[in-house]
Amino acid sequence: MATIQRSVSPQEVLSLYRQLLRTSGQFAAYNFREYFRRRTRDAFREHRTDTDAEAINGLVGKARKELQVLKRQSVISQFYQMDRLVVEGGKSGKQKGGRGDIVRESETGWN
Amino acid sequence: MSNIVRPAVRQVLRTCSRPSAASKLSRATCAIQSRHVSQTKPANATINVDSVIKAGQKDFVKRTGTKLEDMSLPGSGISADAAMSPSAAILGEASIMDEGKRPIYLDMQATTPVDPRVLDAMLPFMTGSYGNPHSKTHAYGWETEKAVEEAREHIARLIGADAKDIIFTSGATESNNMSVKGVARFFGRGGKKNHIITCQTEHKCVLDSARHLQDEGFEVTFLPVQTNGLVDMQELEKAIRPTTCLVSIMTVNNEIGVVQPVNEIGKLCRSKKVFFHTDAAQAVGKIPIDVNEMTVDLMSISGHKIYGPKGIGACYVRRRPRVRLDPIITGGGQERGLRSGTLPANLAIGMGKAAQICLEEMEYDSKRIAYLSTKLSEGLLSMEHTHLNGDPTRHYPGCVNISFAYVEGESLLMALKDIALSSGSACTSASLEPSYVLRALGNSDEDAHSSIRFGIGRFTTEEEIDYVLKAVSERVNFLRELSPLWELVQEGVDLNTIEWSQH
Repeated sequence: MATIQRSVSPQEVLSLYRQLLRTSGQFAAYNFREYFRRRTRDAFREHRTDTDAEAINGLVGKARKELQVLKRQSVISQFYQMDRLVVEGGKSGKQKGGRGDIVRESETGWN
Repeated sequence: MSNIVRPAVRQVLRTCSRPSAASKLSRATCAIQSRHVSQTKPANATINVDSVIKAGQKDFVKRTGTKLEDMSLPGSGISADAAMSPSAAILGEASIMDEGKRPIYLDMQATTPVDPRVLDAMLPFMTGSYGNPHSKTHAYGWETEKAVEEAREHIARLIGADAKDIIFTSGATESNNMSVKGVARFFGRGGKKNHIITCQTEHKCVLDSARHLQDEGFEVTFLPVQTNGLVDMQELEKAIRPTTCLVSIMTVNNEIGVVQPVNEIGKLCRSKKVFFHTDAAQAVGKIPIDVNEMTVDLMSISGHKIYGPKGIGACYVRRRPRVRLDPIITGGGQERGLRSGTLPANLAIGMGKAAQICLEEMEYDSKRIAYLSTKLSEGLLSMEHTHLNGDPTRHYPGCVNISFAYVEGESLLMALKDIALSSGSACTSASLEPSYVLRALGNSDEDAHSSIRFGIGRFTTEEEIDYVLKAVSERVNFLRELSPLWELVQEGVDLNTIEWSQH
């Protein structure tokens, strides 16, 4: 079957998927991080069985654009960090304020 | 077993809290006063109730955050934690989980976080492209105008309207004011149409606009609602008079999340030739909305309830058949002359992007929110003496309002400091008055007081819901254990039959 457009290889799609997941994980804000991870996973699963090359091309193009947005926004999210949410499990260990302890940085931004 | 433990716990808590800072302070002031001879005034002997309450409140607020591990048993120097359970205290010292302190956000009816994709769309217009969208003479203006018009297009598509029908405002409050006052004043000029109808459970800004119109000489009917929060269509039909010019009923209630029968109301209003305004701030982007299907003439939309920025909203004003209003803000004639003033281009563009995302993601988001909402409400309603406020079927799942009987709502909110919740709308959360919406449903004051609204949104995770379920059930039980009323209820005494001794 001859398609005018070059169809996207499965490797490319997989790489895009991995990049999206990795970038989503870089959000400092818990809710955004979890949402974008979940959304990426669900979106790729939803279209797992798609075969139409044109539709796939469209989706890949959209995903590339989303990746750019996520790359920029995850950096912004890291600049303006808040304290972590109560649900976020964290590092464990002694925290008595002595040397070599886990140190929690005071939140930046609005306090 | 638990019956024996309970008084013991109370005893310890009482002894821990006794030597408070306030009593030390009063002792110190006594000592100072005894050294000086001061003039005796009658004011010194009387107690100012206000200041005493304030002092008590400060002390209370200071103490609510204290955990057992931060307190020590008086006189012994042993930490209260260790006294209660030595092994737990040692374990606690050995490994403190470094968990965050920021509360979970579960108040999506008050406002929603800005979606990162929205911020990404806004940033170019907050940095480089700062043109005035109304500047027609240069490229700065053109590029901003193009983006604003695209945003308008996205908002229109979300509600099934034409882009020309969308008027940008500063928020849903302004849209509501503009619609209610605008239509009434325009048609009230002739003196024939001087009646408007609204509903008791409306948002404060609609009720207050109506009250202002009352002062101007308009007649206003505040329709009651049924116990499920819905408007009775027959009542509405009866209330419409030949002089009625406007009916204003909200689509989704902000406190109880019931979805009013707007389609029917729209058809009724059209048949009676009355304009229909709906406040859809809580509905747009969350449930499918089509202005033509609803035959609505005016609709208020808010930017910050659809994961957009605050400070922007929109008003849908129908052009065919034309709805004429008296503008509140006049000036340069922007926005069809209905709302003058330079558009906040970046905010409008952000709202447009938010609307676009809402339209694309509506199916996915609603499925997700419905799932989380069922989980939350089923979990909470499985506790005894709780009930859901509002109609259970005609209901937007993202807003779960639940009454916990025999618990004081505000004290539950205090106990749930790690969850950002509200007992009603944000506008009234400053006052301790029970919610007027819940009272309009016929709930008693106690019931209205003990209600809490849980708002679920796009970014709520399942983990958070699990945490909330656990925290709420634990703390509701704890507060009930403290309540003498709860003991009576457990013994099977009907509280209404008790004759409290009179003085």
